[in-house]
Amino acid sequence: MNRDNDTWVAQLSSAGAEREVALTELRVVLFRNLRKALAGRPHVDNSFLEDAVQDALLRILDRLDQFQGRSRFVTWATSIAIRVALGELRRSRWKDVSLDSVLDDTDYAPTRAVDSSPSPELLVQQEALFHKLHELIETALTEKQRAALLAELRGMPQDEIARHLGSNRNALYKLTHDARKKLKSALQNAGYREDELELTY
Amino acid sequence: MAFSKREIENLLRLVSRTKDAELNCEECLALVAEFAEQHLAGKSIGSGLQAVEQHLAVCDECREEYEALLVTLGKIDDDSPA
Repeated sequence: MNRDNDTWVAQLSSAGAEREVALTELRVVLFRNLRKALAGRPHVDNSFLEDAVQDALLRILDRLDQFQGRSRFVTWATSIAIRVALGELRRSRWKDVSLDSVLDDTDYAPTRAVDSSPSPELLVQQEALFHKLHELIETALTEKQRAALLAELRGMPQDEIARHLGSNRNALYKLTHDARKKLKSALQNAGYREDELELTY
Repeated sequence: MAFSKREIENLLRLVSRTKDAELNCEECLALVAEFAEQHLAGKSIGSGLQAVEQHLAVCDECREEYEALLVTLGKIDDDSPA
């Protein structure tokens, strides 16, 4: 049956057979939507999808009171299921990778950070900006901020970085957001305007 | 711990898009369904949802999830089981 938002929430919040029917139907819808969303990705089979849908249902039920009805209920539920499923895929891909191994890499060489632009003026601007940013990374950020930013740039999932740092995804986001704000402010204090930052790279 | 050329470039891109106030990933998740529906409907993004757009510009994981949602949205007009 097609339900409106209020009906989904009311039935999933109720007790008894009505809830079971709604849960069964939501399970089918989420399975179908996840299968489409993750089509072609490695390790995504029916067993993976069933587990992801089960985990997503628990999270959706736990957050029912947070649904504000500003989208269709199924869209909202699907967004949660996608986060659960992609989170699990990222975790399984990175579970045996240490933070140290991700951070351990070759030395940064400022001369390599210059685009081969044909414009000599832009080349000079880029070189100066990259040198400045490199300097600020070393002087303005904490060790933890540098590690978190670099691990993210190397593709390590936020949940995994947070786990290695003894933190959580929201706290990690605040850590890297604060680092980005600090770098931006320092660049602006050094004379770079916001539009120049966009134009130079 | 050293940043490569590509990483410095990517970091600069993120820094240039950084705002003083940003949604975190949980806050983005709470709004991304509405954002996706409005985007697909061709509606202009209201001020309340501009923060979602900004978060998606600086968060690769949320952007990956959003793009997966867009892939799915084309097929979820029918809420009933197949």
